[in-house]
Amino acid sequence: MYIRATGNISPQKTFGHPLMNEAPVAYTGNRLSCIEPDYKEFIDPKLIRRMSRIIRMGVAAAMECLKEADVKMPDAIVTGTSYGCLEDTYAFLSKMVEFNEELLTPTAFIQSTHNTIGAQIGLMLQCNNYNNAFVHRGFSFESALLDGMLLLKEKEASHVLVGAIDEIIPTSHTILNRLGLYKQGDVSSLDIYRAGTKGTIAGEGSSFFMLANEASSSDYARLDGMHTFYKPAGAVDIEKQVSSFLEKQGIATGDLDLIITGKNGDQKSDRIYDQPGQSVFAGIPILNYKHLCGEYPTASAFAFWLAANIIKQGKIPAMLQTSGILKPIKRVLVYNHYLNMHHSLFLLSAC
Amino acid sequence: MNEPVFIAGTGIISAIGNNVAACLDALQNSRAGMGPMKYLRSAHQQRLPVAEVKLSNEELAALAGLPAVKSRTALLSLVAAKEALSRSGITDVKAWRTGFISANSVGGMDKTENFFNQFLADNRKGRLRDVINHECGSVTELAADALGIKDYISTISTACSSSANSIFLGARLIKNGILDVVVAGGTDSLTRFTLNGFNTLMIVDEQFCQPFDEHRRGLNLGEGAGYVVLVSDKVAATLPDKPGITLSGYCNANDAYHQTASSPEGTGSYLAMSGALKKSGLQPSDIDYINLHGTGTQNNDIAEGTAIKRLFGPHFPKMSSTKTFTGHTLGASGGIEAVFSVMALEHSIVFPNLRLQTPMKDLPFVPVTEVQQNVEMKHVLSNSFGFGGNCSSLIFSKV
Amino acid sequence: MDKLISDLKSQIVTQLNLQDIKPEDIGDDQPLFVEGLGLDSIDALELIVLLQQQYKIKLSNADEGPKVFRTVRTMAEYITAHQAQNS
Repeated sequence: MYIRATGNISPQKTFGHPLMNEAPVAYTGNRLSCIEPDYKEFIDPKLIRRMSRIIRMGVAAAMECLKEADVKMPDAIVTGTSYGCLEDTYAFLSKMVEFNEELLTPTAFIQSTHNTIGAQIGLMLQCNNYNNAFVHRGFSFESALLDGMLLLKEKEASHVLVGAIDEIIPTSHTILNRLGLYKQGDVSSLDIYRAGTKGTIAGEGSSFFMLANEASSSDYARLDGMHTFYKPAGAVDIEKQVSSFLEKQGIATGDLDLIITGKNGDQKSDRIYDQPGQSVFAGIPILNYKHLCGEYPTASAFAFWLAANIIKQGKIPAMLQTSGILKPIKRVLVYNHYLNMHHSLFLLSAC
Repeated sequence: MNEPVFIAGTGIISAIGNNVAACLDALQNSRAGMGPMKYLRSAHQQRLPVAEVKLSNEELAALAGLPAVKSRTALLSLVAAKEALSRSGITDVKAWRTGFISANSVGGMDKTENFFNQFLADNRKGRLRDVINHECGSVTELAADALGIKDYISTISTACSSSANSIFLGARLIKNGILDVVVAGGTDSLTRFTLNGFNTLMIVDEQFCQPFDEHRRGLNLGEGAGYVVLVSDKVAATLPDKPGITLSGYCNANDAYHQTASSPEGTGSYLAMSGALKKSGLQPSDIDYINLHGTGTQNNDIAEGTAIKRLFGPHFPKMSSTKTFTGHTLGASGGIEAVFSVMALEHSIVFPNLRLQTPMKDLPFVPVTEVQQNVEMKHVLSNSFGFGGNCSSLIFSKV
Repeated sequence: MDKLISDLKSQIVTQLNLQDIKPEDIGDDQPLFVEGLGLDSIDALELIVLLQQQYKIKLSNADEGPKVFRTVRTMAEYITAHQAQNS
């Protein structure tokens, strides 16, 4: 199966700028926010008035992806989000507490549902086809992707729109900060891997993909496979999972041109990647990406987007500081984990 | 890819009983589960009846074997999922590639609400343990970890059709050879968030709901959890009692009409039901009983009824909404009603649509109003439709 | 009445977050729903709360909605009649 088109809104200038030939946008502090486009071009004003930020980001990235794919009616729409529409949830919840369950209005409640983004896309397209929403923490995007891949394999669909969306709002940032997830002080997003401290930086994003059964001349990459594993027992278990995935795909590690890992600057979390880095991944160039988008449960979708773009261009974009990778890039493995609970592997290659 | 997927076990907890046997007894004796609010603390306590599970969090925790400080949604989930596994005859989940696919609509919101009481006044306050399981997936993991399932876990949230979609996905993972056993369904506890949300939509009935009645006034909210254990042919052959019911059809379609309202002609409902029939290779006339979505709102019942009229007319199967017993359990309803559908087939019984007084004048059929025993049935259709136009239908068949 | 009508228009624009519409763009007798301003059933529920919040008027019967919310003028008339009753 193939990645026909993408749409991405992130803390970088990724919307409508898939080339990534400029320097990355740097952030100071522990929170990265998306650079949002002017939505009027993508969303009917009659619909936009009820949409909170995450819904706009989701719908706009989906529309961009559909436009690039030149697909008017996907056979399925599958989304993944861990936190869902936090702004609407917060709006309704805080009013409910404040006014003691009186004088509440329905809009924030109905928009807070976890399937709102997929539903709004369906509504805008008048698409009666399969529509599903996954909400499993660091597996939200992976679950949506697996569903999409199965629909293609089952021949239930030939084009599936798969996307992942998560937002960070002041309240969730405050709570997650109290839980000790983020770095303290004025750290620059570009320095997180060198900081050697505890915690990461908060991020968010909206990434959509058009998966297709048939190859076309404009594909980004071929999606060879995906594997997830939950709460691995330790480094040995992780190595076993990675090796058996590659084996199943019929490739040796030497066949990989690049590995994208999900280091996020938290010392303990980053160490998890070091072990396979020294064994199964030894000798292969490794890149990290969370200095660009921050850490969030569906950040792996940003890595998936990055891998697809790198393969399409055949080289590392200027956005990622690298040195010495000269070989054309034809096969990329993404390895990400979220809180050492949700581990995922994606294998993409040139068409 | 066409091998059958069997239902090896079912588990349930709802307002009418804490397990399969108790729910069956209530259904056979027309005992509804609605009443005044006892466990949920809400400003609407005097006005809105609800269908609560008749156990406190402490009692549920003892049944589940989890601490009582965890979300009620996770406690309900674990009680029902444990029952489903124990009734399936599968003694060791590690012996197979086993998955847990659960659904819920608002995760650990029951605890988040507590957190917010203090947090809003001072954002350094509020116990973090009350908010740590807020995510929908976190609720699933509490149950999955307790069950010892880790090969595949996921959570679906498509509003009121959520757990029908879990069961649907579970079957596909087995058919695709990815898993051998899947515990699939959903859970939701009552929360002030959802109660107030539905209240703002002015679709909560102040009396006990009357789905498919001309004078219906809205829905009652309920809580609970329902799971089925789906197994491959290979696993089924190893079980002491070979399962006799399969999930033969399923379909997910979208109404694409409005964020909350169904289209008057019930486009999404029609597509879901007809798609499920097509998948199972059955004709409308093969369906013996429809477990209706039947919420009791003006909008749902006419949309669902109109779609049924178009697909099944003029020969209608028996039908009823078991939400007249359990209330609308949202993310759990597809799982709970899947368990009821399997029960109907196993016991040859059609459950009544309680409190139906005046049939809807625009529909040419009337749901079953009294319990019917010894009804020969081969195929049961279960409908679950939700916000965002998400419509899913499942078909259960006797082998 | 004119003041009430103009207040209502601003309140409607704010409550419903109507983009690109200024209060003065709404005609006193322009239908608010469907063919007019294009509002829907969710907006009707928002307007019920608006009446409650701003004017302390509780719509006793939701079926009254379509009549009361037909235009800004019908809303103003309803408010005036009910405020007179309350005082």
